[in-house]
Amino acid sequence: MEKVAIVGVGQTTYERRKEDTFDELVFEAATKALADAGGEIGDIDNIVTVSNDFWDGRTISSMAVQDAAGSWDKDISTVEGDGTFGVLYGMMRALSGSFETTLVVSHIKGSEAVMNLITNAMFDPIFHRSLGVDATSSAALQARMYMEKVKATQEDVALVSVKNHKNAMNNPHAQLPMEIGVDDVMKSKMLADPLKLLDCSPISDGAAAVVLATEKGAKRFKKSPVWIKGVGHISDAYTLGYRDLANSRALDAAAKKAYKMAGVKNPLKDLDVVELYDAYSYMEPLWYEGLGIAKEGKGVELLKSGTTAMDGDLPVNPSGGVISAHPVLVAGMTRIVESVLQLRGEAEKRQVKGAKTALAHGINGACGQSHCVFVMGV
Amino acid sequence: MAEWLDKVENVYFEGRIKVPYKWYVGEVGSRFLVALRDKKELWGTKCPKCNKVYVPPQKNCGECFVPADTWVQVKDTGTLESFTVVNYSHSMQPDKPPLMYGLIKLDGADGSMLHLIGGAAPKDLKVGMRVKAVFREKREGNILDISHFAPE
Ligand SMILES: [Zn+2]
Repeated sequence: MEKVAIVGVGQTTYERRKEDTFDELVFEAATKALADAGGEIGDIDNIVTVSNDFWDGRTISSMAVQDAAGSWDKDISTVEGDGTFGVLYGMMRALSGSFETTLVVSHIKGSEAVMNLITNAMFDPIFHRSLGVDATSSAALQARMYMEKVKATQEDVALVSVKNHKNAMNNPHAQLPMEIGVDDVMKSKMLADPLKLLDCSPISDGAAAVVLATEKGAKRFKKSPVWIKGVGHISDAYTLGYRDLANSRALDAAAKKAYKMAGVKNPLKDLDVVELYDAYSYMEPLWYEGLGIAKEGKGVELLKSGTTAMDGDLPVNPSGGVISAHPVLVAGMTRIVESVLQLRGEAEKRQVKGAKTALAHGINGACGQSHCVFVMGV
Repeated sequence: MAEWLDKVENVYFEGRIKVPYKWYVGEVGSRFLVALRDKKELWGTKCPKCNKVYVPPQKNCGECFVPADTWVQVKDTGTLESFTVVNYSHSMQPDKPPLMYGLIKLDGADGSMLHLIGGAAPKDLKVGMRVKAVFREKREGNILDISHFAPE
């Protein structure tokens, strides 16, 4: 079967307020990815943008950034959702046989919109939106459900914040590199019980891009390819109350699909590095369970064992993760970018030694309604 | 930050999109909201395949992908499956903080319903506690016809 590789990656720094326009962010990420690949825009057959009209404040926002994405005289289409799903769609376009190379770009300026209002709008307008629920309050409901189920304390899940903010100190692109302790998390302002400020990811601006190529298309570029070995994507019910929020069955199914395709038998052993979507601290141990690196109910145990620390057997989020920079729509693509850098040995101070197989994870919808998992290798 | 930014004034443009919508609630949603408004009754739809009772009602079972076409009345009492106390304030919220939200498994329903919790101090909320719907005096046919759920 035809294979798809990532041959170029680019990302901006992630900051609370970037003094760049949407176009400037997209152009920066796109040109960095092309330069990284050792190619130019003429080598690209088609463009996928990841965009969201509510965040951009205009409809059909993908078409608005097309000049900055380099799509003159090419086909451009859009994914509205996390960047991992944009890469997935770009990969499908390559596998369709229609295009040998694809540039996928994603951008956000969270600082210019109102996070609470926009995430409130992801809920259904008839039965939920008027209650005023948003990303953080719904996550708090999931956090409590999960923590009650596995008997985790707030101090336990705070370890994610401590670990990932510290990892971020090795990542020049991260927004919140910090050396903090569990005490600092516990003392930070309670936003939505049990989630405190330092359990939550920040509002961020930034962009990322990847160049995808088939085996044939990869020959247009100088950079040696990182292959997509397996992919899985599954979603669960839309309505929060119709889902078991403490059990990530969608991630479990998505990961199993990706592992089967990639020949991963024992993810804890076979993977060398994981970049996952920790929008809130409790999500990391919950997603460990979905990814099968911890048994159901044992995510917090794995976290406390140090296995997923920088010097553990399977480092998770060496970049600092989403909790250290949360460019919505971009964040999953950032996980892919970081994984590619790890596999090439180009992750500098955050490099996991000898990483051969990496996993990148993205989520879409409230409380991880939908999951996308990539397994990559050289 | 680029150097030239020191030498120019940054200009921001304030946008304020206001696009009115009205959503048809649908046959199933209308029946649910009218029963809430006129009789203070809670009704769900039942899937013939998995027997789950959905409240608020769904026209079809998402899991079995068949019409959930039997109406079942459920109780206005239930069990708190999860809760949060929101301490930040925003114009979209129906009340001032602290705002308490719960996922409530109504007696006779499957899954749970998201709603506000009231009539209790935040510190007294516990997973597993029993709650009961408190209806508004003046009901208008929307989900806030239930003012909140209070300890039973
Ligand atoms: Zn069913």
